[in-house]
Amino acid sequence: MSESFTFYIDGVPVEAAPGMTILDAAQAAGIWIPRLCWHEELEPFGGCRVCTVKMNGRSCAACTQPAEPESVVENDSVALREWRKALVELLFAEGNHFCMACEKSGSCELQALAYRLGIAAPRFEHRWQAREVDASHADVLIDRNRCILCARCVRASRDLDGKNVFGFTGRGPERRVAVNSDARLRDTDLDVSDRAVDICPVGAIIRKGVGFTVPIGARRYDGAPIGSDVESANDELESANEHTEGGAAATVRQEE
Amino acid sequence: MPRPRIATASLAGCFGCHMSLLDLDEGILELAELVEFDRSPIDDYKEFQGRCTVGLVEGGCANEENVATIREFRRCCDVLVSVGDCATMGGIPAMRNLVPLDECLQEAYVDGPTVHNPGGLPPGDAEIPRMLDRVYALHEVVHIDWHLPGCPPSPEAFQAALTALLSGEPAALPPGLIRYD
Repeated sequence: MSESFTFYIDGVPVEAAPGMTILDAAQAAGIWIPRLCWHEELEPFGGCRVCTVKMNGRSCAACTQPAEPESVVENDSVALREWRKALVELLFAEGNHFCMACEKSGSCELQALAYRLGIAAPRFEHRWQAREVDASHADVLIDRNRCILCARCVRASRDLDGKNVFGFTGRGPERRVAVNSDARLRDTDLDVSDRAVDICPVGAIIRKGVGFTVPIGARRYDGAPIGSDVESANDELESANEHTEGGAAATVRQEE
Repeated sequence: MPRPRIATASLAGCFGCHMSLLDLDEGILELAELVEFDRSPIDDYKEFQGRCTVGLVEGGCANEENVATIREFRRCCDVLVSVGDCATMGGIPAMRNLVPLDECLQEAYVDGPTVHNPGGLPPGDAEIPRMLDRVYALHEVVHIDWHLPGCPPSPEAFQAALTALLSGEPAALPPGLIRYD
């Protein structure tokens, strides 16, 4: 801990070790920075930009930007909330997200984020462009209509499963998740137990045969909004700190 | 003082949102005490009886009649609320937006495996409202003041929005009541 330093998120002192990203340090301090492509088991990707914060006045992705000593980070401000809202609304406008008929509804990070950001209706015109569905695999399907190009499946298959089942092809609006060359999903060595399957934040990669088995009310985000798990860690920290001299100053979480 | 008037309609929707409004249980009795229903399937008035304080419209615009109806609601209502996912983003009917309209009609009325249509043409009677090229959210057609998403919006969401509107407050839903399913 000797080399750790302090920086500030919305005025709250946060401790970080050298090399830690802003998001990692915030996470450890119980401060939630909204994000979609970031996942604790994966290398940061910096793709969705939902975690955009301002460090010393400059905007950057909190998931890739290393924290710096004494830097001042703006996270939960009106301006940044509006930026994030726009980014999430653009994702809804770009894909075909029919939540009312999606088996991921209630457990979807994109949807939960839209709830938390207070998006009642999309303000951008939808593209309404049909995308490919690949249901050739016995246990897993890809519905690219719901894909947000977060690359979690790409990274998980490569780094956690050691398989390289997924990759990207195309550019700009034509970019899409591809499986190993021109093959169909059934031609890959993807297994239903691969981390790449369940790590999808939306309903793009879906296990077959288990849709709608969790009743409404018991789904992942039915009880508490997205991010509250990170923040409740903060509450525990704060109540712990009340017994010390430090007061409400957030510190690096000791456990884990 | 005259009671505020509420109008409701279902365009390209399934009436599920109206069902959810009725699902206020005994709250519907309190609501009926507070307001007067104007044009609505609830009292079966087909035409506006007067100026309305609030218009609740379920469903998006899929045909010309839907467009005429939402424009009339805009003319006759002080505050217009799009109710449900079909109204706010097109919903299930908007799934046809991924397929060109002529292909949709061809499949539904000519090529579909269970179709019996000796004429071999999609229906084109002048009595039937013409379909739009795609399904539109209500705010793409007229100005909408508030959105009540959900499939359907929960009775609590209706309650919160109506309570706010009837007391002249903004009807922005608190995050806990925003749902898309």
